Amino acid sequence: MSEATNDPAQTGGPTPETALAAADQKGPMLAADGTPLKKSLARALRRQKLRALMLIAPLLLFVLVTFIAPIVDMLFRSVENQIVSDTLPRTVVALEDWDADTGELPGDAVFQAAYEDIFYAAERKLHTRLGTRLNYEMTGVSSLFRKSGRGLDDIGEVYQDQFKDVDRAWDKAPLWAEMMGSDAWHAQAEAWTKGEPLPEFELRAGIADVLPRTAAAYAAFAEFQRVEEEKSLLKEEPWTLVHTALYQDLAAGDVSGYTGPHAAELAELDALVASPDFETVDIRAAFEDIDEDWMDPEVWTTIKMYSPNYTSGYFLNAVDMQKTPEGAEFRDEDERIYGLLFKRTIFMSLVITFSCIMLAYPVAYLLANLSARSANMLMILVLLPFWTSLLVRTSAWKVMLQQQGVINDVLVWLGLVGDADRLVMINNQFGTIVAMTHILLPFMILPMYSVMATIPPSYTRAAKSLGATNWTAFWRVYFPQSIPGIGAGSILVYILSIGYYITPEIVGGTTGTFISNRIAYHISSSLNWGLAAALGTILLAVVLLLYWAYDRIVGIDNVKLG
Amino acid sequence: MAETSSGDAFVAFERVQKSYDGENLVVKDLNLTMPKGEFLTMLGPSGSGKTTCLMMLAGFETATHGEIKIDGVSINNIPPHKRGIGMVFQNYALFPHMTIAENLAFPLEVRKMGKSDREAKVKRALEMVEMGAFGGRRPAQLSGGQQQRVALARALVFEPELVLMDEPLGALDKQLREKMQFEITHLAHQLGITTVYVTHDQTEALTMSDRVAVFDDGRIQQLDPPDVLYEEPKNSFVAQFIGENNTLEGVLTEIRGDTCVVKLDDGQMIDAVPINVSKVGEKTRVSIRPERVEFNKDRMSEGAHTLKAEVLEFIYMGDIFRTRLRVAGNDDFVIKTRNAPDQVRLTPGSQIEIGWLPQDCRALDAV
Repeated sequence: MSEATNDPAQTGGPTPETALAAADQKGPMLAADGTPLKKSLARALRRQKLRALMLIAPLLLFVLVTFIAPIVDMLFRSVENQIVSDTLPRTVVALEDWDADTGELPGDAVFQAAYEDIFYAAERKLHTRLGTRLNYEMTGVSSLFRKSGRGLDDIGEVYQDQFKDVDRAWDKAPLWAEMMGSDAWHAQAEAWTKGEPLPEFELRAGIADVLPRTAAAYAAFAEFQRVEEEKSLLKEEPWTLVHTALYQDLAAGDVSGYTGPHAAELAELDALVASPDFETVDIRAAFEDIDEDWMDPEVWTTIKMYSPNYTSGYFLNAVDMQKTPEGAEFRDEDERIYGLLFKRTIFMSLVITFSCIMLAYPVAYLLANLSARSANMLMILVLLPFWTSLLVRTSAWKVMLQQQGVINDVLVWLGLVGDADRLVMINNQFGTIVAMTHILLPFMILPMYSVMATIPPSYTRAAKSLGATNWTAFWRVYFPQSIPGIGAGSILVYILSIGYYITPEIVGGTTGTFISNRIAYHISSSLNWGLAAALGTILLAVVLLLYWAYDRIVGIDNVKLG
Repeated sequence: MAETSSGDAFVAFERVQKSYDGENLVVKDLNLTMPKGEFLTMLGPSGSGKTTCLMMLAGFETATHGEIKIDGVSINNIPPHKRGIGMVFQNYALFPHMTIAENLAFPLEVRKMGKSDREAKVKRALEMVEMGAFGGRRPAQLSGGQQQRVALARALVFEPELVLMDEPLGALDKQLREKMQFEITHLAHQLGITTVYVTHDQTEALTMSDRVAVFDDGRIQQLDPPDVLYEEPKNSFVAQFIGENNTLEGVLTEIRGDTCVVKLDDGQMIDAVPINVSKVGEKTRVSIRPERVEFNKDRMSEGAHTLKAEVLEFIYMGDIFRTRLRVAGNDDFVIKTRNAPDQVRLTPGSQIEIGWLPQDCRALDAV
């Protein structure tokens, strides 16, 4: 009851009696002060909820920042593919018109675009990264790009040399800066001293109409110098790409309309380019010179196929498929690896889970039925492995199981096994299963124990008093009630083992490794993070799927952790 | 009570002892015989050995010494599942993963009974406890009282001759408990089964049983029908444990046949019946039931000793009045009077004289 209703002066207000009477009629239940009960309750609980939220906020934030965000980011990498379109924007556009199915090489426009793109990328040192990325899809592309980054300079040098022969000034920065830049910018550039930010480059009015390619190339050069190198254009001679562009502009159009600075020098060059002695370079031939692989339509097909911003390529790769112009198809039999690894991971995890159940059940039963003191002692033994480094335990298994190891030595000493044919128990599936069963056993025992501890002994007694033998009492009465513990332990162990890394890595050899080892390899050695992310996503999906299936079959309500 | 000879005894404990740790005896030299069809209650405080006795009978504990016989046959070496004893547990122990019908069918199934017989028996047993409509439910869907009935039906469905019940009504509320007390005794007598019932609730023991065995310290202190137990307790423990009781400490000064005179610690004299005291000068504890104390002079017997008392507290309890007095230095002397129209309501602070019939006052051992 609110304070107001206790006040005799306010008897006119709604009282619980009137509120209850009102609730008897149609409509929502009202609280004592006449507001709907639901609203009233929500208000009362809001403070509580807010406090609960405040209590979990630090952890929530921590988990979001350190766990969920990185995972989402990592998963996103499995489809992300901006690198191709970012590095080769012109090529990607030019390739749109090319039909890969013809089996012919793309046209000159594509080579021209690739020349510009790779040139820029090489200046920014991005071409090797792209090469690495495309190398995942087609072996050899990496070196192709690396070579091209160096080789493409040669094209422009041909023109640069000839221009220089006409007038040394073409090899110097000032002429270019004066011709291409606006007067206002030029004045600023003159006034610039080291340490200040460089003035923003501005093209001379009309120059883009006369020399469109040159203007674009020079503007890109200017921007690069300003942002990346922070060097004055008055001191830096332009890229050879700019010389090529100038040649192309001169060959394509008429520059007689140009009246700006150095118009005379430009006219001189125009005459030179028109002369039959002028040496030109065919870009396609230049590419061929650099590497004959550029003449392989396959390379261009790969670039075109991986030009979209998002790709299914990593996922296809993760399930042993590849993209082809005809669509996705399986790789050759001998190139398939991930399907096998996934199957092996799932199968071995099942075996490990099953052996954990078999070993853990009696222990958990004993724990639950011993006197408190002995149970504590036993519990310490169960928990002992947790206090030992995982690496130490795994390494210990190596000592135990190897061919010159403890077990083999004992067997040989006992004469059960000949010295020549010692058992191979490690660096294979057997080793992984043994070591992982041992390591994951506590995760099975603990949930089982916590469930069994809640089963009163009176159930078994009741069963026996009703005429059941020990076995029947166990099997019909005790065991069904312990299933939730088996379920909880199995989920825990299975999910842990399906993503286990360190133990299979150490004792698994080649036949006993899991998919996680492959993921780790791609993360840290091959640096193919996209593929690693795709494999990880699939693994996550498999776990969720199994969880869902488990929920459908067993029911997640049947899982108890205590 | 006539000692039942072991000839017609259905259940017999013969010199049974039980120790868990080899140092202390939980059950000390237990001798007990039960005829067929009897409803016997083992009553006692916790730790008195009553549950241990039940568990030995059921076969979940083994006797350290002595023999337990059913129908003349020693069952010491028979495992629990072959004893054929029905048992109702404290928390019912209905199997949570089975339906009610499956729970009831369980004892029949393990006895390899045919399906149709099984179903008929389960149906009959459920109807017997008025739970016929609940066969398809799970135990968790039933109320405590319903679970209790099912547990009872399960213990009876395979028609055992002996049924053990270990505080079966402990978890129920008062009203339901009283109802179930009646139902259980009724059923037990109707079916003619022999029942051993363990409880620490003396009301339950008094209302349900043919005989009650009061346990304390590993021994049966008294084994008698409820009325005898209440009215003629054989020692101080039983007098204290069963019902409410007033005690006064004193010394035996005179014995005259079946009455005696006790001199209380403050010098006053009272009459009593000597029970387990024999010598003049012996210390004794006198016990009087609160409802047998009289303060109306007209109703007291001629020549009986009376005691001075001061009224400390008057409590109105509806059907009775409960008055607390100070008698011979004892502040917890209680009298109970019926709420009748002519009944006097004593006022705190007033001085009265109280007395009783000599046969209601029992001189027992001083503990």
